[in-house]
Amino acid sequence: MTSAYEPLSLNVPEPGCRPGDTPDFSDFEIPRAGDVKRPPVDVDPDAIRDMAFSIVRVLNKEGEAVGDWAGDMSAAELREGLRHMMVLRTFDARMLTAQRQGKTSFYMQHLGEEAVSCAFARALQPGDMNFPTYRQAGLLVASGYPMLTMMNQIYSNAEDPLHGRQLPILYSSKEHGFFSVSGNLGTQFVQSVGWAMASAISGDTKIATGWIGDGSTAENDFHAAMVFASTYKAPVVLNIVNNQWAISTFQGIARGGVGTFAARGHGFGIASLRVDGNDYLAVHAVAKWAAERARRGCGPTLIEHVTYRAGGHSTSDDPSVYRSRREAAAWPLGDPLERLKTHLITIGEWSEERHAQAEAEILAEVTAVQKQAEAVGTLGDGKAPSPRDMFEGVYETMPPHLVRQRQEAGY
Amino acid sequence: MTMIEAIRDAHDVAMAADDRVVVFGEDVGFFGGVFRCTAGLQEKYGKSRCFDAPINESGIVGTAIGMAAYGLKPVIEIQFADYVYPAYDQIASEAARLRHRSNGDFTCPLVIRMPTGGGIFGGQTHSQSPEALFTHVSGLKVVLPSNPIDAKGLLLSAVADPDPVIFLEPKRLYNGPFDGHHDKPLTSWKNHPLGDVPDGDNAIPLGKATITRDGADVTVLAYGTMVYVAEAAAEETGVDAEIIDLRSLLPLDLDAISASVRKTGRCVIVHEATRTSGFGAELMSLVQETCFYHLEAPVIRVTGWDTPYPHAQEWEYFPGPARVGEALKKVMED
Ligand SMILES: Cc1ncc(C[n+]2csc(CCOP(=O)(O)OP(=O)(O)O)c2C)c(N)n1
Ligand SMILES: [Mg+2]
Repeated sequence: MTSAYEPLSLNVPEPGCRPGDTPDFSDFEIPRAGDVKRPPVDVDPDAIRDMAFSIVRVLNKEGEAVGDWAGDMSAAELREGLRHMMVLRTFDARMLTAQRQGKTSFYMQHLGEEAVSCAFARALQPGDMNFPTYRQAGLLVASGYPMLTMMNQIYSNAEDPLHGRQLPILYSSKEHGFFSVSGNLGTQFVQSVGWAMASAISGDTKIATGWIGDGSTAENDFHAAMVFASTYKAPVVLNIVNNQWAISTFQGIARGGVGTFAARGHGFGIASLRVDGNDYLAVHAVAKWAAERARRGCGPTLIEHVTYRAGGHSTSDDPSVYRSRREAAAWPLGDPLERLKTHLITIGEWSEERHAQAEAEILAEVTAVQKQAEAVGTLGDGKAPSPRDMFEGVYETMPPHLVRQRQEAGY
Repeated sequence: MTMIEAIRDAHDVAMAADDRVVVFGEDVGFFGGVFRCTAGLQEKYGKSRCFDAPINESGIVGTAIGMAAYGLKPVIEIQFADYVYPAYDQIASEAARLRHRSNGDFTCPLVIRMPTGGGIFGGQTHSQSPEALFTHVSGLKVVLPSNPIDAKGLLLSAVADPDPVIFLEPKRLYNGPFDGHHDKPLTSWKNHPLGDVPDGDNAIPLGKATITRDGADVTVLAYGTMVYVAEAAAEETGVDAEIIDLRSLLPLDLDAISASVRKTGRCVIVHEATRTSGFGAELMSLVQETCFYHLEAPVIRVTGWDTPYPHAQEWEYFPGPARVGEALKKVMED
């Protein structure tokens, strides 16, 4: 029997570039800065469907801020923003080295993505709640969370607020609007929607933000979050950080044949747009717009932050095995720190000298804090919280079986 | 009052007392639930306190976790325990661990209700008893009432509890006690002393078992529908069994269990769930650890078979009074 059909074959998407290839982003369509218009915050999601296929950008090649989305931050605020990103980058570099030196088990850095969380944090109000992933520490850095506490957590030392129970960098700070990071991908996206629903149920004016990576949008909970956000018009800003990679898997595996991740919002009637994630001003402007929309009861917004994970996925990863070493340098949206620095210099609010001085100051500060943290303790130096503590806090009141087990363990 | 009415009443009492209590789930709002356990609540408390949810169990539990973290007290319904699996990740990885991993920075006071167990010709998708999948997870409490008074009292305690509680409702008991004699006429909770549910806030503490039948010869550990099956088996065999209704599997009333087994020297464990790694295995270990030198015979388990819950063969699967009776006789002979 011969079939009238050709044998089927499976479509497995491949990235444009693998180790040894020459990176080529010529297919990646990048609108000019200032091209995308800023709609009113109460816009009908249907009226901005095109925004899911474009990219909001403010900073142009010359370092000028242009278009509708420019102009909502003062020079002082921008300098502060630059400082936050510099702190985060320095912090990451120091902690990466500390991990290599065996002072902690694990670390994940933000290299290339600093603008996303640092700029976003500045668009929120006290009392709002972020449901972050492990790659949004900028939310803490830019909202004044003590760097020392972050390091104590990373070292699981005696002053770790989480008592050594949680993996390094999976911070928690209700006070700073930073929900305890789970480590299970996607689960918290839908929790952010629930938190936002609770705010609406309670007649509050606080909003929530959900965070998820490009790869993790494939999880069921991404879709669950969209259904609930859409149905209940929850006051939530849903953020997809598309840094092009999910460990070794390029974003096309999660995205499939669809145009963009942001376009997934269309089926749910959610206002959906993309932003240049390496443009501090654009991220901030879009975050403010979406937060205002949520706070005014206009419903959820889905934001795809288009960026690039310039470093390894984590300290356990070697990206040169699956992608070209030259890809990061070829990434067309540049480096977020360089771009903001250039902008500040262009408008006469910063200089190479001041930058070099700030860099030196920040390094000295981070190093000093690190010394303090290491004086308290590092992982495995015997100064960790007592093992007795692991039995605490499983429940508010320890049930009898846990009391027995704690005694059996000798604590 | 039926168990359904008792559960509805508990919701009513909790919602009236605390406007942070919110109730939602599939068909829970306007209609009041497929078993009607939330009937009238939307009308009484408004649509933002009792509402219908999309058919997405992970989303129902996930949003409830976010609400609990905000400061509300969600009481949510999973339409059947058989459909909780899409939400298992949210329950086991998130709700159960939030307090511990954040060192109390965030907590998760949350009640997840679901009808459990068979006996209604529900086949494999409306009959399962997944309690052991929850007792195995640290950070959860697991409660399983067997009558209207307990259902109301335990649900009120579950709502007041600061931690996530899995509240399993034996659906075969919703409308009346059931001893496994499926060919006999139905009995109802009307005129039954355990259907005489007191008004108001009569919370029953979690972690306390109750002895439903005093006896000298053998201790039977049971919960849910199996309490009535065990009672029937004791009457029919004439074995003087002491029957303990555990009511709460976690925390577990180990004191009540060991006091009874030390007295009788014999123990039969009964549950409807599949046997291997079932909660009976945990009970047997605990009995062995705490009562070994008082035991006069090996402990016996009577459980559902390790197969999917069948449809047409329901009564061959269900551990009814005949099988429990055989175990009672055997443990007396051993
Ligand atoms: C449920 C779950 N599955 C798998 C993992 C393992 N894992 C950790 S990070 C990661 C990649 C995530 O990629 P993406 O969502 O793009 O986020 P990014 O790391 O790029 O920020 C995977 C597969 C996990 N933590 N949780
Ligand atoms: Mg990614």
